[in-house]
Order: sequence, then structure tokens, then C-alpha cells
Amino acid sequence: MSDSSDVGYHAQRQARWHYGEIVFWLLVLACGFAFPTRYLIMTDILRLALFAMSLDLILGYAGIVSLGHAAFFGVGAYAAGLLALHGIVNEPVLALIVAGLAAMVLGFATSFLVIRGVDLTRLMVTLGIALLLEALAERFSNITGGTDGLQGIEMQPIFGQIPFDMFGKAGFFYSLAVLFLLFLFARRVVHSPFGLSLRAIKNNPLRAAAIGIPVNRRLIAIYTLAAFYAGIAGALFTQTTAIASLDVFAFERSADLMLVLVIGGTGYLYGGLIGAVIFRMLQELFSTITPQYWQFWIGLVLVVIVLVGRQRLHRWVLYVPNLIVRQVAGRKAVVAVPESDA
Amino acid sequence: MTAILTNLFDGVAYGMLLFVLACGLAVTLGLMNFVNLAHGAFAMAGGYVCMVLVNRMGWPFFAALPLAFVFAAAIGIVLERTLYRHLYARSHLDQVLFTIGLTFMSVAAVDYIQGSSRVFINLPAALQGQFDLFGVGIGRYRLMIIVICGLLTIALQMVLAKTRFGSRLRAAVDDPRAASGLGINVPQVFAFTFAFGCGLAGLGGALSAEILGLDPYFPLKFMIYFLIVVTVGGSSSITGPFLASLLLGIGDVAGKYYVPKMGPFVIYTMMIVILIWRPNGLFGRTAAR
Repeated sequence: MSDSSDVGYHAQRQARWHYGEIVFWLLVLACGFAFPTRYLIMTDILRLALFAMSLDLILGYAGIVSLGHAAFFGVGAYAAGLLALHGIVNEPVLALIVAGLAAMVLGFATSFLVIRGVDLTRLMVTLGIALLLEALAERFSNITGGTDGLQGIEMQPIFGQIPFDMFGKAGFFYSLAVLFLLFLFARRVVHSPFGLSLRAIKNNPLRAAAIGIPVNRRLIAIYTLAAFYAGIAGALFTQTTAIASLDVFAFERSADLMLVLVIGGTGYLYGGLIGAVIFRMLQELFSTITPQYWQFWIGLVLVVIVLVGRQRLHRWVLYVPNLIVRQVAGRKAVVAVPESDA
Repeated sequence: MTAILTNLFDGVAYGMLLFVLACGLAVTLGLMNFVNLAHGAFAMAGGYVCMVLVNRMGWPFFAALPLAFVFAAAIGIVLERTLYRHLYARSHLDQVLFTIGLTFMSVAAVDYIQGSSRVFINLPAALQGQFDLFGVGIGRYRLMIIVICGLLTIALQMVLAKTRFGSRLRAAVDDPRAASGLGINVPQVFAFTFAFGCGLAGLGGALSAEILGLDPYFPLKFMIYFLIVVTVGGSSSITGPFLASLLLGIGDVAGKYYVPKMGPFVIYTMMIVILIWRPNGLFGRTAAR
């Protein structure tokens, strides 16, 4: 077997669906039936998971550090809100796509600014864009409602059939379906040759360029796609909560998102999903202990994670599961978070 | 005409203040290549210490200012020795996460100790009000800021350019390996510089309570301003950040006065345009290596 076919073999093995993944999604679906009183928080987790997956696409796969990912979330949220409020696109799924496309256009336009320069410039530019949009949303308060946000949004039934109920059941399954579909697409993308080339760029842009990968175009493409995902997450936020306010652009949202992804691990798509669950549970826990000062504990978690080291932490967490997996399925099946520094 | 001059004066005072607040960050971010988003937290610490000393314990304002410096520098050196130094070699992502975590902690901690409302420092009567100079309204407090910050800037420039420590720092920054080979204790130089930068931030925080407003969210609100100063100014000398702060201060004051509706829009656009045009800063050699 030659080396190149070996690489292809490994890539294909990686891309195959594992039993664990199927179990994971069945569990998520089961949650929908098992906790009928918790639809609102579960919908919130799904939204956050989608948003985190969007950041994972650029951070975990392309190595772009962004401090302003909330910009796309916010554009999606306001787009969905305005579409519903003025009755431009009444059908939620269609509105979702339109809102996602709006964020995507912004993503495409700003990607040219982001691919220039080093980490630091990227941090500043992404942060600046989010702040700029927040300032704009505040400035054009006649459109966005200013600090009061968009109010009085009434969502039409999905496909004209399924209305949003007040317990959030429809919202939950709707969000779950969207998340799953987008996950399938993201999974396809990251395991395609395109996704592999992104990893090459992340590991060493210079070498990637030397073997003929068009670095800038690939980065623009993935940044645009991530913006689309974030826009969809924002639109889901507006559609399921029926509000859109200025805080969709807030820096805290981008920072929390980083934490979600760091908890879950980057570069294997499930990081965002798992991180979202743990993050929300932590947040609930902290805010029941100290309603006003939960941010302190969130900050402490961040500091501790960084000091301990992300890789070491994931090894510890996976120690017991891997012990069991090893007993059952042998050494080969060990689960590991494919972590590398972004 | 006089309105323009008054605005210019306010802008210069504002810019000078930003410079004192941010020049510590210019060292950590520009020279040591460490993304310290928690820089504003040190400024806030200085501001609150000054507030407690002046308002609760009745210290004179000018006696409290050096203590704000000392306090912030002390926190800085403790954190540098215990936490920061482990992260110099880490990726930018780790540094960002770590310092965001610190910022969140500082915000919640100050909120817990002092409450979430904006605080004011009782100023001596000599610093209140303004007087007219050839028809131009000059705020006494702002004049004091310009004097203090101007002297500090000159002193900093002298220390960097003329003293032995200055040349050690420049050497350590240019090439840490060669510098330590020459017998310069590089970690010590960095630690001292870091602490000094934090102290300056603390002093700036104490001075800025009157102008920028001091509340627990200070580190988050002004983080972007500090970053702008450093990234736009570059880091090859302290002249770059100084000019960038003046530009930012004058631009912000003028923007708020002439196009109040556009708010901070002007500043952010300016920053993005400059960063696209010159990714290494206006006056910079390299912002990050």
C-alpha cells in the first residue's frame, strides 16, 4: 500500500460514522421526550451548540481566532426579527435561510479583512466589526428598536403547519432538526478534501501554500460558511424567543462562546455541542449559588482551564471512559480529542 | 473657533489619559507579544483604591494617586510571578482565554465588593471648574491631567532612551536569547516592566474616574480603546502609542461633539481602516512576531 492511499484510507476511516455518534444523537433526541418541562433551556443549549459549531469551523479547523463572532449571530437575529416583524418572509424556515444568507454576505465581505494579518490583527478586526455593528444597531434605532430591541415579533407556523407553542416544544424540535441538518453538512465539509486542506492551512499556512492549496480562498470560504452558521443560530434565537435586542452583539457573547468551545474541545465538531451542555449547566449552577456574580466563577473556570492546559484536561476527563472502551472494544477504539493549538 | 480649541484641549487631555492607561499594554502586547485583555482590570483596581482612600479615609487626592500606582503595580507583579509568566510561550488563543477569564473575575469581584454603580472621587476644590484663557475654556482637572501625563511621558521616554534599565529592556525585547546570553536577567526585566505598566494603568484609572467614569465594567468597556492604541500605534517606541492615543482622544471627542449620533462608529471604522491599511500599526515596525 503506497503512502498516499494510506492517507486516503485514514481519512475515510475518520469520516465513517461511529456507533458513539449515533448514540449521541439518539440521546439528544431522547432528551426531547424525557424532559418535557425543560424545552426552553434545552432549546437554548441547541442554539448555543450551533453557534459554537460555527466558531469551531473557523477556530478548530482553520485556526482563525475570532473575538467578534457575535457579529454574525446578531445579524442573523435581527434579520430574522425584521423579516417576521414586517411580514416580509412569513415562513420560519425560509426566513431562517434568508437570515443565514444575510450573515453569510457580511461574513464574505469581512473575510477579506480577517484573512489579512496575524492573530492579533484578526482579534482586533473581528472585535471591531462586532462593536461596529452594535454601535450601528444602536444608532439606527428606528429600524432595530435601539436598546429596547425588536418587540412584538409573532412567528408564523413552520411550513404553515406546526405553530410555535408556549412550552417551546415545537421550538425545540425545530432547533434540533436545524442543528442536525447543519451538523451533517458540517461533518461532510470537514471530512472532504476541502476540510483536510483547511487542517493543513491551520498547521502551517506556508507549507499548505507550497503544496498548492489556495490558502486565502479556502479561508474566505470557511469564514463565510461559519458566518452562515452563526447567522442561522442567531435567527433561531429570535424565532424561538421572539425577541432581538442589542446584546446579541455583546462582547460577552463572543467570549462565552470561546469558553463553550474550550470546554468541549476544538476540531472535532462535537466540542461545541458537548461544551454548550456543560457551559449552560455550569451557568445554571453558578447563578443559583450567586445570582449576581456568576461571571466570577465562569472567569475562574476559564483561568483554570488555561492554566491546567486544555489537552491535559481532556485527557483527564476521557480517562475513565477510555478505560471502559478499552475493556470492551480493545485498544484501537480509544476516544481522544484531536486537540491542537489554534 | 474657541469651541474648536476647547474640543482640541479636551481631546488632548483624553488622549494623554488613554496613553497612560494603555502604555503598559504596549509593552506586554507589543514587546512581549502577550495578549493581555485584562489590562483594564489593573486600571480599575487603581481607580477603586484611589476612590476608597479619598472618599472613605479622607486622604488628599494627590497623596492617593501614588498609592493607586503602587497598589496596581503590586497586583501586577504578584500575578505576573504566579500566573502570567507561565503563559508567555502559549498560543494567543490561550492568552486570550486566560485574560478574558481574569477580566470577568475582576468585574464580578469589584461588583461584589463595591457595588455595580458608577463611583466618583471627591476632587479638591482647586481642581474643579474651568477658567478662560484667551476665551478658550480650560478645565482645571483636564489641565492637571495633561501636565501629569505629559511629564510621565517625558520621563518614560528618558528612562527608555537614557538609562541602563531602558537599554536592557530594549535589548531583551529585540532578542531575548541574545540578551540573556549577555547576562541580562530577561524574566526579571519583563516582570519589572509588566508591574510598572500595571502601575501606570492604575494611576490612569485613578485619574480617569472623573472623565471616563469608573464602574465594575470599566475593563470591558475600555478594552477596545487600549487595544486600539497599541495596535494602531505599533510598538517600536513609545512615540507610536502616544501619537495613536492623541489621535484617538481627539477623534473621539470631536466625533462625539460634531456627530453625536454616530457615537463610537467613527473610532471603530478608523481602527479597522488603519489596520487593513497597515496591519502592523501606523508607526509600527512589527506589532507581533
